[in-house]
Amino acid sequence: MLKFDHVSKVYKGGKRAVHDLNLEIAKGEFICIIGPSGCGKTTTMKMINRLIEPTEGAISINGVDIMKSDPVTLRREIGYVIQQIGLFPHMTIQENISLVLKLLKVPENKRRARARELLSLVDMTPDYLELYPHELSGGQQQRIGVLRALAADQPLILMDEPFGALDPITRESLQEEFKKLQRKLEKTIVFVTHDMDEALKLADRIVIMKDGQIVQCDTPDEILRNPANEFVEEFIGKDRLVQARPNIQTVEQIMSPNPITITGDRSLSEAIQLMKQHRVDSLLVVDEMKILQGVIDVEIIDQKRKKASLVRDVVEAEVFTVDKETLVRDTVRKILKMGMKYVPVVDDKHRLVGIVTRASLVDIVYDSIWGVDELTKIG
Amino acid sequence: MDTILQFLSTYGGEMLYKTWEHLYISVVAALLGILIAVPLGVALTRFPKGAEVVMGILGIIQTFPSFAILAFFIPLLGVGKTPAIIALFFYSVLPILRNTYTGVNGVQKSLLEAGRGMGMTGWERIRYVEVPLAIPVIMAGIRLSTVYLIGWATLASFIGGGGLGDYIFSGLNLYQPEFIIVGAVPVTLLALLTDLLLGKVEGWVTPKGMKKMREAA
Repeated sequence: MLKFDHVSKVYKGGKRAVHDLNLEIAKGEFICIIGPSGCGKTTTMKMINRLIEPTEGAISINGVDIMKSDPVTLRREIGYVIQQIGLFPHMTIQENISLVLKLLKVPENKRRARARELLSLVDMTPDYLELYPHELSGGQQQRIGVLRALAADQPLILMDEPFGALDPITRESLQEEFKKLQRKLEKTIVFVTHDMDEALKLADRIVIMKDGQIVQCDTPDEILRNPANEFVEEFIGKDRLVQARPNIQTVEQIMSPNPITITGDRSLSEAIQLMKQHRVDSLLVVDEMKILQGVIDVEIIDQKRKKASLVRDVVEAEVFTVDKETLVRDTVRKILKMGMKYVPVVDDKHRLVGIVTRASLVDIVYDSIWGVDELTKIG
Repeated sequence: MDTILQFLSTYGGEMLYKTWEHLYISVVAALLGILIAVPLGVALTRFPKGAEVVMGILGIIQTFPSFAILAFFIPLLGVGKTPAIIALFFYSVLPILRNTYTGVNGVQKSLLEAGRGMGMTGWERIRYVEVPLAIPVIMAGIRLSTVYLIGWATLASFIGGGGLGDYIFSGLNLYQPEFIIVGAVPVTLLALLTDLLLGKVEGWVTPKGMKKMREAA
């Protein structure tokens, strides 16, 4: 929905803040732009709502060049959250939240209802509506700052280090809250930060910038695993790479090597017996060479037992598998996110070598919590 | 004391009229000053370089002796209330202008950025953010300026503008101290009352949130 096409910004005096930037952001994506100060991250963000205008190139939102829209209209369609929060001290919380609506000439009663509705999104009671910003804690103030950017249901929100000025505990909880909110509301977010932890935690993709250019743009996992160059490595920080290390191990190391299998030429009743014997509800189907053919589960057998008699006739061939060389980190995400109960592990010839189940994940979590703890005790 | 009471019984009605005249001259001059200086002060915040120049010039005008300014207007505008009001207006501009400029400039830059980023037009930023937040400072300027004007309006009498200055000048010319007193005392009272009243006005126009914030701080 948002596209940077060879965008450059040269300030008066010839300082090149952004140089030939190309970036495409999909709808609903959470993008963190990160980099050392002066790398052009804030300039990049502010060009989106024309607080700063690009010198060269074009930025388009849903295919429309932003330079062709009126800056005021454009900005009212884009949420904006700043580090200093910037709530207006002379306006009540309600007035602050619904300010954009006021600018858009939405009637007062609708504004009030919207403010109330938004407040409930962050679990704040309507009592807050009549309070003034200084009567709220820093964390609450920034919640209001975020809500203000959501008031007109803007699809795109720009955030300039929004949690930077908060204490670590508040920051942490706001990050989580906000990430949930973003998923729920399916907003596209461009989030500028200099905090790598924050970026790793929130972003779908991280854009690492240096000297006005993109050094790397990838998912957090990919950046941790394959930093593009030394700069990125250094920027991520050695300790973070080390921290990430326990996670960076292959699936092979954690899988159970002996999944329950069956070959295609067996009958369905044999399959049921095998399941009963091992107390499982599905079996991996392999051929003599141990090449994975698919999976059958008790439901399929139940549905098709009248028409078919052999396992190979009912096998579900579409199975999500992972290569044994895959990193645990990714597998964990897939299992947890896609709600899978297990993932078969195969080698490069598609031979079944093991299985990762939710139980294996428990082991990892256990190790990472208690294992480390024990080490420190010994140390 | 007796002479004053006697004076009041003779000149009471006239005194009320002169007080009214006095108030009229100073208030109109002050209103003109507000009308010109507040928008100008806001405008100057947009041109910080020009602001230095304009305020420098006004600063110099302010140092001109008031008598000189009044005398200067006689050949241009003649005598009477109008030239008096215009001359006094010049004195009212600077304090209001300077306070407006300082007040608006003192609004946190982050608030302006938030406003701009949210899509406020320049006018909306002035209307909803800058002026409301600068009100206490602007009002202080207006108060100061109006109180000064009430004092200076005494000089209006010098160019036939009337007001309580008439008594003071008569008293000076005729060596009659009671005239000076009946001129000076109401002027002082007027100034004090105006200051009190404008203090109240300042309270009314200051946004509630800011008052609460100051109380909390």
